[in-house]
Amino acid sequence: MSTTQLHVPESEKMPREHYLNATYGIRSWLLTTDHKRIAILYLISVTFFFFVGGLFASLIRIHLLTPGGYLVTPETYNKLFTMHGVAMIFFFLIPSIPAVLGNFVIPIMIGAKDLAFPKINLLSWYIYLVGGAFVLYSFATGGLDTGWTFYTPLSSIYSNSAVTPAVIGIFINGFSSILTGLNFIVTVHTMRAPGMTWMRLPLFVWAHYATSIIFVLGTPVIAITLLLAGLERMFHLGFFNPAYGGDPILFQHLFWFYSHPAVYIMILPAMGVISEIIPTFARKPIFGYDFIAASSIGIAVIGFIVWAHHMFLTGQSTYSAVAFSFLTFLVAVPSAVKVFNWTSTLYKGSIAFDTPMLYGLGFIGLFTIGGLTGLFLACLGLDIHLHDTYFVVAHFHYIMVGGAIMGYLGGIHFWWPKITGRLYPEYLARIAAIVLFVGFNLTFFPQFVLGYLGMPRRYHDYPPEFQVLNVMSTAGASILALGYLLPMVYLTWSMRYGKVAGKNPWPATGLEWTTDSPPLTENFNETPVVDWETYDFEHRPELGLSGTVPRKPIPAHGDD
Amino acid sequence: MQSQMPLSPEQASNFAPQVDNLVYFLLVVCLFFATVICAAVIYFIVKYRRKTPDEIGVPIHGDLRLEIAWIALPFPLLLAMFGWGAAVYVDYRHTPADTLDIYVIGKQWMWKLQQPDGRKEINELHVPVGRNVRLIMGSEDVIHDFSVPSFRVKMDVVPGHYNTMWFRPTKVGKYHFFCSQYCGTDHAVMGGWVTVMEPDEYAKWLAGSSGSGDPVAVGQKLLSDLACNTCHLPDGKGRGPSYNGVYGSQVKLADGSTVLADDNYIRESILQPNAKIVAGYAPVMPSFQGLVTEEQIVDLTAYIKSLKDQPPPTKPGTAAPATGNK
Amino acid sequence: MHRTGELFGQFQTLEQQKETATLGMWVFLVTEILFFGGLFLTYSINRHAYATAFGIGGNMLDLNLGFGNTVVLIASSFTMAMSVWSAQTSHKKLVPIFLILTLVLGSVFLGIKVVEYKQKFDHHLIPGHSFDITYCSKNPSACNLSGKDLDDEKKEIKEGIEAEADEAKKQGAANPEDVGAAALNAHAQLYFSLYFGMTGLHALHMIIGAGLLLWLIFEARKGRFDANYNTPVDNIGLYWHFVDIVWIFLFPLLYLINRHLA
Repeated sequence: MSTTQLHVPESEKMPREHYLNATYGIRSWLLTTDHKRIAILYLISVTFFFFVGGLFASLIRIHLLTPGGYLVTPETYNKLFTMHGVAMIFFFLIPSIPAVLGNFVIPIMIGAKDLAFPKINLLSWYIYLVGGAFVLYSFATGGLDTGWTFYTPLSSIYSNSAVTPAVIGIFINGFSSILTGLNFIVTVHTMRAPGMTWMRLPLFVWAHYATSIIFVLGTPVIAITLLLAGLERMFHLGFFNPAYGGDPILFQHLFWFYSHPAVYIMILPAMGVISEIIPTFARKPIFGYDFIAASSIGIAVIGFIVWAHHMFLTGQSTYSAVAFSFLTFLVAVPSAVKVFNWTSTLYKGSIAFDTPMLYGLGFIGLFTIGGLTGLFLACLGLDIHLHDTYFVVAHFHYIMVGGAIMGYLGGIHFWWPKITGRLYPEYLARIAAIVLFVGFNLTFFPQFVLGYLGMPRRYHDYPPEFQVLNVMSTAGASILALGYLLPMVYLTWSMRYGKVAGKNPWPATGLEWTTDSPPLTENFNETPVVDWETYDFEHRPELGLSGTVPRKPIPAHGDD
Repeated sequence: MQSQMPLSPEQASNFAPQVDNLVYFLLVVCLFFATVICAAVIYFIVKYRRKTPDEIGVPIHGDLRLEIAWIALPFPLLLAMFGWGAAVYVDYRHTPADTLDIYVIGKQWMWKLQQPDGRKEINELHVPVGRNVRLIMGSEDVIHDFSVPSFRVKMDVVPGHYNTMWFRPTKVGKYHFFCSQYCGTDHAVMGGWVTVMEPDEYAKWLAGSSGSGDPVAVGQKLLSDLACNTCHLPDGKGRGPSYNGVYGSQVKLADGSTVLADDNYIRESILQPNAKIVAGYAPVMPSFQGLVTEEQIVDLTAYIKSLKDQPPPTKPGTAAPATGNK
Repeated sequence: MHRTGELFGQFQTLEQQKETATLGMWVFLVTEILFFGGLFLTYSINRHAYATAFGIGGNMLDLNLGFGNTVVLIASSFTMAMSVWSAQTSHKKLVPIFLILTLVLGSVFLGIKVVEYKQKFDHHLIPGHSFDITYCSKNPSACNLSGKDLDDEKKEIKEGIEAEADEAKKQGAANPEDVGAAALNAHAQLYFSLYFGMTGLHALHMIIGAGLLLWLIFEARKGRFDANYNTPVDNIGLYWHFVDIVWIFLFPLLYLINRHLA
């Protein structure tokens, strides 16, 4: 196989001063405005919520081993899947890559000392915590059993669970997203170093720019929707309650107007990570940079006009269903463009199988399956049969776990040397990636079949003929859990005992890899001037690879 | 006939083959593209694996013709998938004129279905094979969904307006139906059976009663068919009191008074359950007015009377949680 | 803590700093458009569905006070713009004067809102248990309603109940008359829920704006803003204008549609 030889320094010494040891004490962390420290704060909090959501998922899968479902009561089961969804979507998936990796890496990638608004960045984290506190309070005092989709009138009138604090928590958390998105957009516009033109931006930045557009435009709508639903519940108002002249379907429109773009919030950053990993471990420029950048923006825009594909069977007009189905097929095009371009990047590359690359390749495979199964659901005739079945559950888990979480883990492993200054144990990490991939497929592939056979979702009990596939799925889940636990263990271990990484172990071409690992608090000693194209290995002799040539100074074409 | 490891339900309606054919088409197209991508990835990573530690790849930035090709070439396939699916859906949403109309009401957590002649069923739907059937559906409380996998049909049931769906059963048999929109605690058990019969059997079923037989046995079966025993558990711990030892006893009511459990009491409890509430239970029983005939009340009473010598539960049951606001 | 006007750590030039702050405010205002937009959409959909009840509700708003508020707010945008001009042309002493005028006008707006809300409370138009759209027509003295106005309102309510009853009959209700009165009350309550939601959210933004103005006045009195540096005045001005524009949409939507003039 390939010989991977990382570019690590001779001496085993970490840099003398860096962002982790620049100041000490709990106050220096809780009142930091350093984007890198804020990223670490987010890393800890999102990992906590991942465990919360993961615990609920484990209980769900164990309960579903038998048709009778003897592990928990129906009420508890309904709370488990609701809280799993709320914790994972709002407090893990949506913030994960942007707030952890985006926060850490984007300013360094564009040659800036920090984001445009560092204090607002810290505020975002505190808002996230407050929102999380409300939701945890809801979980602890009665739980939540409405489904993460909060459909009315079940959520606004009939549910006896702690809906109000949960809705308040998600409302507050929305502002964390909005401020992060605002910060990223302004940063990319105004904080780029000389020579870092728009078309030299790493695709990771493009992905986050597109994601931030969605943050900024979509999140306010869910805020107002949950506010209205909460007010309805508290004061018996009638926006969505037919008994008072309201319309439950109006809630669904308002809810999905955000929640569909939200799924693109969850996947675009992961796509950005993959766009960094593939060129690095194929040692060549990404194929079709322009198209990948444009497709990120395309996905963000088209993603706003497909929401009612979640509502094909609510009794809406046939014309509107046909229109939304067509638009949904359209949004598949930019995603497919990315997959074709990533695949083409591998052509005539020099491919290594370091852990980030394993996650990247896994992403391509699983996202392709997840995306293609989305076409099944976009297809109206099939959606009649597949709506609200396990087919849908399998589809979105392929994208969100097989896609987004693999992207997140790939990114964590890719930038781990930069964040901590140390390498994780490569052999163990590759095994964990493979275990995760296998466990994931075993968990979720059977669910496609379950769905086509007709098993509805959100079921605590099911007819006996569905048992075999459920058992398969639970068995896979136990392997998947192992795949998640292993990195927690060895990454933590590596923070103390890992080999010192040096500035650029892979090596990779981004600006962030020209700094120390870990970087200084202000990232750069002096502002860098960028005179190379992104992912250009050929003209970077300083990377120490063979077959490189010196570069002619390229005029910064328009410092826009 | 179903194989040991089925990948799809039986085909029992006019839509089933349409949906299955559509899914085969999509499967073929998607499998093709998935295979092409996976094969390309695997081929490239093997052929172009790194041979020396410091080598770099060949810098190829892109190819406009290729980009256009892989957008333009799959596009007709996308259109075909969309178009075919839309055609099936439009057919599904346009109910033909000559339907057998059945009214369906969903409520937490049961289905009430009414045949054209007024005959009512609970969690059961009897329909004749080969006839276009239209379901006109409403909800009494939250959003539900009536779904029949073997027919490949489903439709949301929304409070505040009626939704309709149609299908034509093509095969005699019994097929599961499910509630397919999360609606609270017992969403998962809010299902039942669609029985498709030959037209003359259907007519006979519609006309006749449950037939003569031992009233106690008939009553026992009715208790199961009408789902009474999901609430009236023998140990008294369900939402309703146990039947053991009730008939002929003095029943203690919530307001402190007592009443003799005679035939009239049983009848009133079925038709106007909120008239007298047993102590320790909540007033959650729905009325069965119009859902049972007088003859059936006699059968039910006979069965309950047959349990009068059974030992009643030692502790009064716990009251079921009422559905109300937080 | 840094002083305003100085270069912050993460910026290279003052130009970049100003550009960043301004872009940040514009992006923030875009999110606010979406935020209010959801409410406006809900209002429009319900207005279309329940035009009768919404018409009656709208006519119960005090047009004089609403119009007065509109004039006050537009004037405050003018004084705000004058303050920005003063800063840009280095008329340092004028900057706080115009800001104070803006704050005063904004406070007048909020004061009028309080009066309006109190009026609604007295007339049993706050959504909740005691909401009763017919309160004023039944207790005219409590609402200062008399003569032609009283007759008009009674007629309008009667016609409203009939319209709702017709609608109910079409839906197959058992006793349309009772249903009609209850439906009118429920739909009118929906109108007032949206009225308080929309104007309340707007008022909240005004209060935040007032807070920002107070800080700005404090800084302006120290003579901090001139042609070289006036970013905070600019950006808070943007925010204030935005809040004004929201009102300019609210006023016709809530007060003017289907309005009968006295």
